[in-house]
Amino acid sequence: MSERSGREVGWNRRKFLATATTGIVGSAVAGGASAETLADVPAREPGTDLGALSARSKYVRIGRIPEAGPGHRNVDPADAINSKAPLQKLVGGITPSDLHYERSHSGVPDLDPSKHRLLVHGMVRKQLVLSVEDLKAMPAVSRIAFLECTGNGWENWKKADGNLTVQNTHGLVSTNEWTGVPLKFILGLVARDPASTWMLAEGGDAAGVARSIPLTEEIVDEAIVAYGQNGEPIRPAHGFPIRLILPGMEGNLNIKWLRRLKFGDQPWMTRWETARYTQLLASGKARQFQLRMETNSVITQPSGTMQIRPGYNRISGLAWSGHGKIAKVEISTDGAKSWKEAQLNLPVLPKAQTRFQMDWTWDGKPTKIVSRSIDEQGNVQPDRDSFIAAMGTNALFHYNAQQTWSIDQAGRVQNVLS
Amino acid sequence: MSCRRMALLSGAMAFALISSAAASDFGRAASPDEIALWDIDVRPDGKGLPQGSGTVAQGKEVFAENCAACHGDNGVGGIKDRLAGGQGTLASAMPVKTVGSFWPYATTLFDYIHRAMPYQAPGSLSVDDTYAVAAYILSLNGILPSEGKLDNHSLPEVRMPNRDGFIPEPEFSRSKK
Repeated sequence: MSERSGREVGWNRRKFLATATTGIVGSAVAGGASAETLADVPAREPGTDLGALSARSKYVRIGRIPEAGPGHRNVDPADAINSKAPLQKLVGGITPSDLHYERSHSGVPDLDPSKHRLLVHGMVRKQLVLSVEDLKAMPAVSRIAFLECTGNGWENWKKADGNLTVQNTHGLVSTNEWTGVPLKFILGLVARDPASTWMLAEGGDAAGVARSIPLTEEIVDEAIVAYGQNGEPIRPAHGFPIRLILPGMEGNLNIKWLRRLKFGDQPWMTRWETARYTQLLASGKARQFQLRMETNSVITQPSGTMQIRPGYNRISGLAWSGHGKIAKVEISTDGAKSWKEAQLNLPVLPKAQTRFQMDWTWDGKPTKIVSRSIDEQGNVQPDRDSFIAAMGTNALFHYNAQQTWSIDQAGRVQNVLS
Repeated sequence: MSCRRMALLSGAMAFALISSAAASDFGRAASPDEIALWDIDVRPDGKGLPQGSGTVAQGKEVFAENCAACHGDNGVGGIKDRLAGGQGTLASAMPVKTVGSFWPYATTLFDYIHRAMPYQAPGSLSVDDTYAVAAYILSLNGILPSEGKLDNHSLPEVRMPNRDGFIPEPEFSRSKK
């Protein structure tokens, strides 16, 4: 990332000092342009010993931000309910495993894989107990897919806090490669009763998080009982030793620490699918089983609390859709009056985050920048006014309105509603 | 596009592999006794509810001992979710979602307390204490009288005030039978 492309704003310095996870510049790399000529570049010298694990450079400051709820950031880890990915410091399309966002409902359990079991029962011919080794012996598939917390974007429902970074506003989405057994294979093993139309998936965490999953053709075809994450065993925060992966669907459906799949013919109406992950509309009624994550995008560079200079700037960001591939991303640099098509970086995969970018020459006048994505099904990411008109401001979940960043005369980038 | 070809190829491979394996190759049969240990879910029609009962009066004591520290006395004013009140606020600018104002099924209350509460020791309440504390929370919301009780037959019969407050997503309602 070029040092021209953004730096932390002075008025935010106190906040920076209090936050280890905030970088000095818009990029993840600390330290400035201190080598004026090639003569100033330090001489080559032998490096450190090789080790079993490679660590990040000491010059890189990058981390997630745990929070306890909307607006409750940098809390004691004991009070945190989620931890947000540093979108403004990521490049490319894959999220490093340790920076993948996390939402855990009762902490991260310490599960010994040799004692972990998956019970598959209910409306099936053969009720089975499977070990992790059993699953690893089965035919496997890998898939690059985004996961997004249903609550991503929840900071901006009612108002926009100008001090927020894109990590604060959109950090509950990430993309990893997941490896495991196709659910379809397990359905074959247990001989699911064709009359079973719903599956309860339950986690081995203290809360026993449980969701009813409709067995649509799409879900049956795409669901994975995963044990691999970016080429290694799934990290504990993300469900070690096994979790469910349902590409494109609400994050919380992708049950972590999976220990039970039960087949039935109606939803169980667990607390999470009634009291929690439902969307309260202005009418007082709530949308239920709105399981698919919508067409979305956000500009990550430049984004909230960065500062740009007049002249050349590269705009970059991420787009994703639970409906399939991203077909197009458009960017407006004049507050949504006119739009230009951005370049999509390959590969563009279905239900995975896609990196987009566009060159821009800023004339130094205050303006607003905003992105909108369109997926292969033709779904267009809505502007905020239409989105709020449809959903009201109480829904709390499934926020996918276009994100606008305002830029003032000094080049300071701020979160605004539109 | 090469991506599409890859997706088709991996789909075809998965299908080919599926058709060649038999259940006897993986895992072992689950015994009814061990299934019963884990089979804790409860449906709105009451299926899955264990036999037992509890009164509002018992529940008040169970609540004071196990729940009030986080949820507040009478289920209001605690550091965690508010459990009582809020009826009539859902269409306002400041909706208050509680068991009484928002939850559509009383069976969910039993299921959730039984599986997940109290937070530090989920599953530590007896079945009777779970019915009792569910009864108490319903009484705090005016859904059960103070001399009320609940058991595995009466709990599914409780009609929650917001029972009709939900609009199921059409795309995923088709698989509901």
